[in-house]
Amino acid sequence: MTEEIVWRIAGGSGDGIDSTSQNFAKALMRSGLDVFTHRHYPSRIRGGHTYVEVRAGPDDVASRGDGYNFLLALGDSFARNPQEDAYYGNEEAKPLAENLDELREGGVIVYDEGLIDPEEIPDFEERVEENDWNVYPLDLRGMAREKGREVMRNTAGVGATAALLDYDLEHVEDLMEDAMSGEVLEANLEILEAAYQQVKEMEFSHDLRMPTGDHDEEQVLLSGSNAIAFGALDEGCRFISGYPMTPWTEVFTLMSKYLPEMGGVSEQVEDEIAAAALALGASHAGVKAMSGSSGGGFALMSEPLGLAEMTETPVVLIEAMRAGPSTGMPTKPEQSDLEHVLYTSQGDSSRVVFAPGNVMEAYEQTREAFRIAYEYQLPAIVLYDQKLSGELRNVDESFFDREPNPDLGETLTEEELAEAAHHASGKFQRFQHDPDNDKGVSPRSIPGQKGGKFLATGNEHTPEGHISEDPDNRVAQLERRLGKLDTIRDDLDEQEGSHQSYHGPEDADYGILTFGSQQGTVEEAVDRLNEAGHSVKSLGVSGVMPLAEAEITEFLESVDEALVVEMTASAQFRGLVQKEIGRFGPKMNSLLKYNGNPFEPHEIVEGFETIIEGSEPAPTTRFVPAAGD
Amino acid sequence: MSAFNAIGEDREVERDEYTPGIEPQATWCPGCGDFGVLKALKGAMADLGKDPEEILLVTGIGCSGKLSSYFDSYGFHTIHGRALPIARAAKLANPELEVIAAGGDGDGYGIGGNHFMHTARENHDFTYIVFNNEIFGLTKGQTSPTSPKGHKSKTQPHGSAKSPIRPLTTALTAGATYAARTAAVNPNQAQEILVEAIEHDGFSHIDFLTQCPTWNKDAKQYVPYVDVQQSDDYDFDVSDRREAADMMQKTEEALYEGEVLTGRFYHEADRPSYGQEKRELGEMPDEPLAERYHDDDYEWERSYDLLDPHK
Repeated sequence: MTEEIVWRIAGGSGDGIDSTSQNFAKALMRSGLDVFTHRHYPSRIRGGHTYVEVRAGPDDVASRGDGYNFLLALGDSFARNPQEDAYYGNEEAKPLAENLDELREGGVIVYDEGLIDPEEIPDFEERVEENDWNVYPLDLRGMAREKGREVMRNTAGVGATAALLDYDLEHVEDLMEDAMSGEVLEANLEILEAAYQQVKEMEFSHDLRMPTGDHDEEQVLLSGSNAIAFGALDEGCRFISGYPMTPWTEVFTLMSKYLPEMGGVSEQVEDEIAAAALALGASHAGVKAMSGSSGGGFALMSEPLGLAEMTETPVVLIEAMRAGPSTGMPTKPEQSDLEHVLYTSQGDSSRVVFAPGNVMEAYEQTREAFRIAYEYQLPAIVLYDQKLSGELRNVDESFFDREPNPDLGETLTEEELAEAAHHASGKFQRFQHDPDNDKGVSPRSIPGQKGGKFLATGNEHTPEGHISEDPDNRVAQLERRLGKLDTIRDDLDEQEGSHQSYHGPEDADYGILTFGSQQGTVEEAVDRLNEAGHSVKSLGVSGVMPLAEAEITEFLESVDEALVVEMTASAQFRGLVQKEIGRFGPKMNSLLKYNGNPFEPHEIVEGFETIIEGSEPAPTTRFVPAAGD
Repeated sequence: MSAFNAIGEDREVERDEYTPGIEPQATWCPGCGDFGVLKALKGAMADLGKDPEEILLVTGIGCSGKLSSYFDSYGFHTIHGRALPIARAAKLANPELEVIAAGGDGDGYGIGGNHFMHTARENHDFTYIVFNNEIFGLTKGQTSPTSPKGHKSKTQPHGSAKSPIRPLTTALTAGATYAARTAAVNPNQAQEILVEAIEHDGFSHIDFLTQCPTWNKDAKQYVPYVDVQQSDDYDFDVSDRREAADMMQKTEEALYEGEVLTGRFYHEADRPSYGQEKRELGEMPDEPLAERYHDDDYEWERSYDLLDPHK
């Protein structure tokens, strides 16, 4: 009897690995388990090693695990390219060969003997023996061919998985019936059943079984990208403009799917400068609008971002980080755009940045980004990464049972505009500091309203929008814009539920500090460290601008020493904490990972033990000594 | 009925209504062609009876960008070269707004060249005025995309090796449905063209020749222009692409040597605007998106209703 299954399906890009894993994860969720997926794929359209892990257990699963215990290796059907002799020979076996390192002892291997010849893998037999793996070669391609089409070998693999893990096929069949129809459905069901029966009759050497779970209520399976799109829709966003770039494209395509149906507008435009500028234009005209990109595209948005700050135009920008600099590694996660997003664009800037730590936070903080942007008339950014973008997890359906919020923030009606202060030129004092409004927000008018005309300009300007280089006006306007950040900090502090996530015993001796998508992995590591006798707690920070100073200060004050975990090579998050708080330097140690893969819990456990107990660094991590050492 | 009362009320408008209540100190040089654009725009809007508050004037950076400071309507003085994407979205968000975009030759044909091409091809329903004085004025006289080949400036002391861009042919090739050239020294023609361009349901591009008395004394900005529509020598079908292209070529070559033709060069009246195309495809609501936020009875859909496929 096992506690959890981590099922890895591997194949070539374009072989349907993604959709098969999504459906399998959904079937597991429907049968009452908590699921979490981790996706690894290359930057190419077809072929090349790709895998998805589905981790499933009876209790809350909030991160990828350490390695995995069930491999379904399908073979890369695109590995051989007859037109291109230059291609690197036979890579069909990669889905088996490339995945052996992380397979746990006693794990199960199912490989497609129709495509993979294990003899091509040096020392395969030795490793199987050494690790006590249970290997089941199956002609998945043959089964698929016989009853349908070759591409359906994924289905055969799922059927075999169900048989090997003693999992009820019904959940998979239900899903297939929901997803397809006609001959395709018939063929898939036949293949599923045939593979299941064939494997059932075999003798098993393993003792892995699918765990059972029982949800109290209906669940939904969502990715971080789904959650961001849903958060935006619920907050009344009805305009998006963008340019495709991995991994931001996922949010963009989701919004492009939903918006026209919901009476909104989606625009794919010529570049990211235009994309962000369109969002500003729509917002200026009175619509809740968003744009977004990934590192390189966000770099182009630097100009419109500054314009939004200067003109106090509300807008939400989404930044999906991937490994940089430049084009970097398009399909691999990193958190190293943090400083880029905090400081890009000229001048002293006023912007808000949220870095959600999981799917639920991605939804909530996208809503919060819109609320803050429109209430305070400035750009708000949702900073996440390739990891959170594509990972799926189950969430209670009721979580989404919330009221929409189409509120544009402080806008005046025409009656109010008639009473409002106007300049001698006839213009409405759009950028006037309102003494009754201690938020530093000046209510705005929407173009087309009577009595509301004003000039929005990227130059410094007077209250009605006339360009001005008057020193007193400059100071007043700039201070009002920058001052909003303090008000926002207070506002966020007052919100129900913190934007920071605490985990572990309150009185722990040591702390792990992280931001964004590493939160779940850190929390799992904290549990294991405490089980192993350490005294550790963690703080996952989402409020990076304004930085959650009070909470971080309190957290760092309460521990003897802290480990700062982040996917950057230059300790950007730790640098931010030091810059903003200016203390705790000697208390903070860095655990950094920047090889293109997110942390696994054991790496954080080892990193913690290494730093606290002084053993050798693990090979995939880099340890930065504490400042002041 | 519109949620924005300034929109859709037909009334007599005096051109002075577009002059800010106190005259801001114009930073344009004496004799600048930009005054001619301002005058023509006021005249055209008065002819059309547009309420100043239903107009959104989106401008770029440079002397031309200051148009929105001296024309009294809703204004958005944006960033260098980016007036078009901002104008596009404002028009999509509220198609009832009368959107005008304006920029200079450096702004519109240089840094904003990409947006120019794409706005033209999408056929957004607004008018784009490009102040063309063949020079970077506000940065004190550098070579611009419309400066003639061989033009010497501090940044190109040996003379530019580049041929000037051809704005009208570029607009036509990209897909603009209205393209005209006029000049600040010819305010009556300019006003007439602006009226027609603003009324046009699609993207109208106006290459507006504006003299720069300070930095570009050599340019042929003061020569008399020939109005192609007024001259029997230049009879052509303004709705015919091929004939329009031919005439455009004539004016674009003549700008630097010979007599300069101005007037309407292309007018394609029956192609639906981008917004219309999107509405027909079901990609844009019939009612202005911006109005929905003022409609208390509108029922906002929730993501909760989209959860089924995720169960």
